[in-house]
Amino acid sequence: MSVAFYPGCSLHGTGNDYAQSAHAVCQRLGLDLTELEGWTCCGSTPAHNTSALLSVALSAQNLRLASDQQRDSLVVACAACFNRLRSARHEMAHDEVLRGRVEHVLEAPAPLDVRVDHLLELLLDTYGLDALAARVRRPLTGLKVACYYGCLLVRPPEVMAFDDAEHPTSMDRVLAACGAETVDWPGKTECCGANLSLSRSDIVVSLVDRLLDQAKRAGADVVAVACPLCQANLDVRQTDVTAQTGHRYDLPAVYFTQLVGLALGAGADELGLDKSFVDSRPTLAGWLS
Amino acid sequence: MARIGVFICHCGENIARNVDVDRVAEAAAQIPGVAHAESYRYMCSDPGQRKIREAIVAQGLTGIVVAACSPHMHENTFQNAVEGAGLNRYLCEMANLREHCSWVHSDREEATSKALELIAIMVEKVKRNQPLAPIRVPMTKRALVIGGGIAGIQAALDIANAGRDVVLVEREPSIGGHMAQLSETFPTLDCSQCIMTPRMVEVKNHPRIQLYTYAEVEAVDGYVGNFTVTIRRRARSVDESKCTGCGACTQRCPQKKIASEFDAGMGQRPAIFIPFAQAVPNLPVIDRTRCTMFLKGKCGLCAKACPAGCIDYEQTDTLVTEEVGAIVMATGFDVQPPTLYPEYGSDPDIINGLQFERLLSASGPTAGEPRRPSNGEVPRSVVFVACAGSRDPARGVPYCSSICCMYTAKHALLYKHKVHDGQAYVFYMDIRAAGKNYDAFVHRVIAEEGAQYLRGRVSRIYRDGDQLVVRGADTLSGTALTIRADLVVLATAVTPRPGSDALAQKLSVPYDAFGFASEAHPKLRPVETNTAGVFLAGTCQAPRDIPDTVAQAGGCAAKVLALFSADQLEREPVVSRVNEATCVACFDCERVCPFHAPEHRELRNRAGDLLRVVSHINEGVCAGCGLCVVTCRSHSIDLAGFSDEQTFAEIGALAPF
Ligand SMILES: Cc1cc2nc3c(=O)[nH]c(=O)nc-3n(C[C@H](O)[C@H](O)[C@H](O)COP(=O)(O)OP(=O)(O)OC[C@H]3O[C@@H](n4cnc5c(N)ncnc54)[C@H](O)[C@@H]3O)c2cc1C
Ligand code: SF4
Ligand code: SF4
Repeated sequence: MSVAFYPGCSLHGTGNDYAQSAHAVCQRLGLDLTELEGWTCCGSTPAHNTSALLSVALSAQNLRLASDQQRDSLVVACAACFNRLRSARHEMAHDEVLRGRVEHVLEAPAPLDVRVDHLLELLLDTYGLDALAARVRRPLTGLKVACYYGCLLVRPPEVMAFDDAEHPTSMDRVLAACGAETVDWPGKTECCGANLSLSRSDIVVSLVDRLLDQAKRAGADVVAVACPLCQANLDVRQTDVTAQTGHRYDLPAVYFTQLVGLALGAGADELGLDKSFVDSRPTLAGWLS
Repeated sequence: MARIGVFICHCGENIARNVDVDRVAEAAAQIPGVAHAESYRYMCSDPGQRKIREAIVAQGLTGIVVAACSPHMHENTFQNAVEGAGLNRYLCEMANLREHCSWVHSDREEATSKALELIAIMVEKVKRNQPLAPIRVPMTKRALVIGGGIAGIQAALDIANAGRDVVLVEREPSIGGHMAQLSETFPTLDCSQCIMTPRMVEVKNHPRIQLYTYAEVEAVDGYVGNFTVTIRRRARSVDESKCTGCGACTQRCPQKKIASEFDAGMGQRPAIFIPFAQAVPNLPVIDRTRCTMFLKGKCGLCAKACPAGCIDYEQTDTLVTEEVGAIVMATGFDVQPPTLYPEYGSDPDIINGLQFERLLSASGPTAGEPRRPSNGEVPRSVVFVACAGSRDPARGVPYCSSICCMYTAKHALLYKHKVHDGQAYVFYMDIRAAGKNYDAFVHRVIAEEGAQYLRGRVSRIYRDGDQLVVRGADTLSGTALTIRADLVVLATAVTPRPGSDALAQKLSVPYDAFGFASEAHPKLRPVETNTAGVFLAGTCQAPRDIPDTVAQAGGCAAKVLALFSADQLEREPVVSRVNEATCVACFDCERVCPFHAPEHRELRNRAGDLLRVVSHINEGVCAGCGLCVVTCRSHSIDLAGFSDEQTFAEIGALAPF
């Protein structure tokens, strides 16, 4: 199977620690994570807020590139890009009229031959948990992780077909294979407020407050995420949470790839652990050589 | 010379609206062989039927085509009318101008010409119809009832009280089913045990009821009126003839901590146990999967304790054979465990409705006081979740379980009666309370008992310290809710009992995708099945409450008694017949027949030497489905009334148009 990596805009910007750690993990596992040549924005929220056609066409354009480059699958790390790309593929497959319009815009047949996979699916299904566990050099024994999936990875279930939408366990299984103890907590698929972060930060603060509270009560040392926006909200907003509610958590929000990378023996710099506001390095010190 | 009469019905406006019935009548009169054609507004009415009878007599008609609705609806009506005028009832055919024509077409011109084609087809068929005589078979006037819940008990008692013998087979050690487990019953709140246990005793003492408990139907052979049933009586490890039910054995058993099935896991029982105090029969049984004697080869404490020497570890299963003429399937339902949704987690304080019934029941493990399974305390706040698995095509079952809206309201009420200062919350999708006085009951629970009804779904349940946190939506006020609860009761989906699909297969009864047995017709034959002589009672057919179950069981009894009212069994003569001269004995018919009608018949000469073996279709069993007809490679089988000749003539009738 030949795959291309779709980083998306965030992973080349604020979320580049996600990209760095994803590359570190794949390199250690011998998984090819070459970027899709000539990729463009998936359209994200602005596009599908403005035009249904535009939002599908932007994602379809990337699928077409992957198809032209003879890739079977586009591997995505950002939950929002993943959602847009899978939705576009779904909509083109189920709506003939829309498919025709997209083909008109692309001036090419709809690229339905390319699959869209999340990095978690790549690790779980293609690489396999046993193989992953066999590569672990520094088991995360004793580290309690609250796996946070948020909304976009799993919803809507008919479209995303990713795990159990109400009770996903993919990330839990991947991190458990790395030796971590994942906690059972109620926040898994609650919303973090997403891009209300800019327009209604009060909502984000209250949602983040609740998520961190739940994770802390469940005994988590860190929250693991699979989305740059979730990471930003959970990490950056902690100071606002403290300022507005008086609750202080100091709970690091890290990318699951950073934890997997740690288990595989990668160092703090290689994984971009220095990039977040709530520094995870003290918590993870035991596993950093 | 055929003289066919064609009678075209307007069906009020149903047919006449889209079909020019007068033109059809004119044209039909021109079909060769048709001696009379007319149309009328309601053919099935008394004047309509009279028209048919009069025309038969006046015009010496030899065959009748009624062009009206579906034969499922009125074939019998018109066959009776024809018979009333002295013509054989199988010389009457129907052309379906309603379901197959006027209802499904909008172009009047096209529908009219199609109507004429449908009539021409039937004219050609009826010209070749043979008079047929009903088949008579002998009958055993004894019924088998499978399942001893309220459905089976009611059916058995009704049949036995009418003077017919009944064999009742129950899989569990006691009869009673779920109703014996319930606390009080909606909407009247009478105590379930008090109305149930006397009936159980009546079954046991009835001279006409042969009761087998801890038994299962192993095999069913034969056909309506003449079934042979093999019943496996599982070894109780207790000699029923000597046991007095004193219970000394159960006291001594060292295995005390087994989850009690009767208490739905809310209580415990020993390895040798009487399922509940009012069990019928009131006899213990050894659960061999948990008994130390069977697992480790030593113990024998119960045998030592028994004053009557009844314990028999060597006892084996026995097979008994019973001859019966009719079978009632009443194998009931189960409720799903409260663990369907992983986002609700699995917590001892999250239980299902049946478990809550046991906590409310005076005969239950808490003597009727609701207590939290986790710590035994009385819950101060209880959240009930309706549709917890029902009406959820994505993750549960798509159908409505139909009883949970009502029992959830009942639960809220009983809880409030027992814990006055407690708060009950009910999450629901919509309230389905369609029975008599049901809606008033629900309103009473809301208005007088103060149960808080919240329209919306629960998204997540998790433990926080000593309590459960229930998160959900109230879609009426558009708010997200967080409720702290001591106990959560999920109204989980009603499903058929495990194994009822296997039993349905033994009985040749079809069942739906979920395992509920299928009735022959949802409206007109609700207790019959497609297998003659097999009837359905209670929740094995669909989820329903006690009043409906009892009514349906009574319906089954009436059908069984009607069947037994004749000395011989009359069956439709629309059955397959084998041409023995051409049969090559491949027995493909035997392989395809779902009813096991084909038999092996030996052909012998006068000296008694075996010449050949050929297929022979048992008329008593054949359902006339025609599968064998199309399968037979030597074309040796014809279905009476549906011969090849008739079918080709029907097709030929389309040629001139
Ligand atoms: C929590 C709850 C509360 C309820 N409350 C009420 C109420 O208040 N009012 C009301 O009207 N209804 C109520 N109901 C509904 C009521 O329980 C049912 O309508 C009724 O019990 C159905 O009876 P049944 O005989 O069809 O099935 P069951 O009670 O399930 O009986 C079936 C019997 O068949 C036996 N059996 C199964 N398979 C076999 C087999 N293969 N061979 C031999 N035997 C077999 C079983 O062991 C069982 O004894 C409630 C239901 C639930 C779940
Ligand atoms: S022999 Fe079995 S049933 Fe009897 S007392 Fe021992 S464990 Fe209990
Ligand atoms: S009866 Fe009520 S609670 Fe039960 S499935 Fe139907 S609607 Fe839902």
